[in-house]
Amino acid sequence: MTASDTTVATAIPDTPGQPPEVSSVRMIMTMAGIGIISGILLVFTYMGTLPTIEKNKAEALERAIFDVVPGASSKLTFTPEDGRLRLMDPSEKPAERYYAAYGNDGELVGIAVEASGQGFADIVKVLYGYDPVCQCIVGFKVLATKETPGLGDKIETDPAFVANFEALDVSLSADGTTLANEVVFAKPGKKINPWEVEGITGATITSKAVQKLINTSAMNVMVILQNNIQVLRDGNTSSQHTDQD
Amino acid sequence: MNTASSMSIFLNAALINNFVLAMFLGICPFLGVSSKVDTALRMGGAVTFVMLVSSVCAYGINKALIFIGAPYLQLIAYIVVIASSVQLVEMIIKKFSPALFRALGIFLPLITTNCAILGVALFQTAKQYDFIQSLSYAAGAGVGFIIALVLMAGMRERLELSSVSSVVQGAAVTLILAGILSMAFMGFAGMAS
Amino acid sequence: MATPAASIQTKTSSESAENFIKGLWRENPVFVALLGMCPVLAVTNSAINALAIGAASTFVMVLSSTIVSLAQKLIPKQVRIASYILIIATFVTVTEYVLQALSYEVHKALGAFIALIVVNCMILGRAEAFASRNNLRQAVMDALGMGVGFTVACLSLGTVREILGNGTLFGFQVLGSEFEPWIVMILPPGAFFVLGMWLLLFNWIKHRKEAAE
Repeated sequence: MTASDTTVATAIPDTPGQPPEVSSVRMIMTMAGIGIISGILLVFTYMGTLPTIEKNKAEALERAIFDVVPGASSKLTFTPEDGRLRLMDPSEKPAERYYAAYGNDGELVGIAVEASGQGFADIVKVLYGYDPVCQCIVGFKVLATKETPGLGDKIETDPAFVANFEALDVSLSADGTTLANEVVFAKPGKKINPWEVEGITGATITSKAVQKLINTSAMNVMVILQNNIQVLRDGNTSSQHTDQD
Repeated sequence: MNTASSMSIFLNAALINNFVLAMFLGICPFLGVSSKVDTALRMGGAVTFVMLVSSVCAYGINKALIFIGAPYLQLIAYIVVIASSVQLVEMIIKKFSPALFRALGIFLPLITTNCAILGVALFQTAKQYDFIQSLSYAAGAGVGFIIALVLMAGMRERLELSSVSSVVQGAAVTLILAGILSMAFMGFAGMAS
Repeated sequence: MATPAASIQTKTSSESAENFIKGLWRENPVFVALLGMCPVLAVTNSAINALAIGAASTFVMVLSSTIVSLAQKLIPKQVRIASYILIIATFVTVTEYVLQALSYEVHKALGAFIALIVVNCMILGRAEAFASRNNLRQAVMDALGMGVGFTVACLSLGTVREILGNGTLFGFQVLGSEFEPWIVMILPPGAFFVLGMWLLLFNWIKHRKEAAE
């Protein structure tokens, strides 16, 4: 061993170069033992908390849906398959999901749709409620945001901004293949048309981001929803297994 | 799945959401190893390498865990992989550059507890990046870490030569400097969109 | 004259108290040893988040120190760091799932920083420096003290940042509605500044004490 090696050995305790005082078998057994015990503990914790966590998630989602579709009291989840919508099986986890919300009388009140897009800092995720009768967006809720507190996060708190989504026009064109008017951005105080999203002073980038992601989502989703409107309306009566209440 | 481009992910991790100055990952080495530009560069390099290795492994592990349906093993698997990568890097550096090994000293094994590395693995999984995106993310995080460390080291080297009240010396002034740096980096926001 | 048994008992309790208290001030993990800084800066933009991360970290630390102390004779020296990390990671994962079940919102607010508790150098540091060399009771006291000290440090940041940056404390409005929030406080630079200020204050107090003696 050279002088430099000993300096290293004293500077960093227990380097791999030191002679082992304990057999390798003992070391492996210890690690394995800890691994097994930890594995068992984790499996138990996971299994034990899973039902509660799933329940919490479902409750949070339902609250959000009823928030953006006012007047709804029950919901069904649909997923697209080959351009048509069908009821989602509770065991599935498809990427595209639309939540049809029904009133007390079983009538379709609206459909909640998730949309996300790049904001100022990170991805912004929203849930918006669509009324197929007026063909407009009637509710809006931010699900996840890492925008600047006090500035970008005004998309959640600014009443004028939220009011954008109380009757945002997303009606389809005459041939029903695209939006009659794309959702566009309007400077604060300059909103004239019902398909414009008025920005927030001091939070232009975030409010523009919301407008963009709503537009992208609406362009794709509104057509699908309108084409399958009967399936959505019948949802409550035709299905055998519902996830109401 | 996530549709962001590799370049925007790289810039995001390096500048806009700098791991140290915006996300507070890797603060311990940031405060501990940033007194000399030289050491800062080398530490940053080692960390970046470990980040890239861990990113690749994390991607594979995540796929495997989903496949066997054991998501609760994620944290343990990641930390084991990181510890092993650090051990690997330690052996490589010791073999090829004993001088660097001595210079880094205790900080090399401490890379294991560098939250920035675990942060890369956890965040890339949460954002559901694919393989190339994950690599861009890790590369960006590493570069951002190096930038933050070198900038801080540069400032502290200058500070040593000037007279600062003893009350402020040490961690206090480093933190205040970090705050100013962090504010400066906030100017990068909005670059990627 | 105290009997030997009674004096041993007193020694143990005062030792326990000593081990607990040192974590609060003299050997405070954040302000003195500068350990575990990442969560202190990251998750303290509101008082409730600060309290949550402090409590979660304390929980993990007490459990880990317990196991490490109990198993100190069983773990070979060469694999001790790896073993400690494995033990800590297990408890962090458990804490994460339990927290998610108890309060979905708090879990969402803390995000990845619960998982990052595993690399909080404070926990590994105490396991290695203390829990592995002392009996169960002292190890638990040490862990508790360090944990509480850590929570106090988190709260010292969380309260200042929330009051100055939002005008609220634990969600309740404390400063008048005319108060223009000092937004930078809830942003990353604010965390650095506030912690820097606290350290400055403590240094200044220390200097005054030393000058007076």
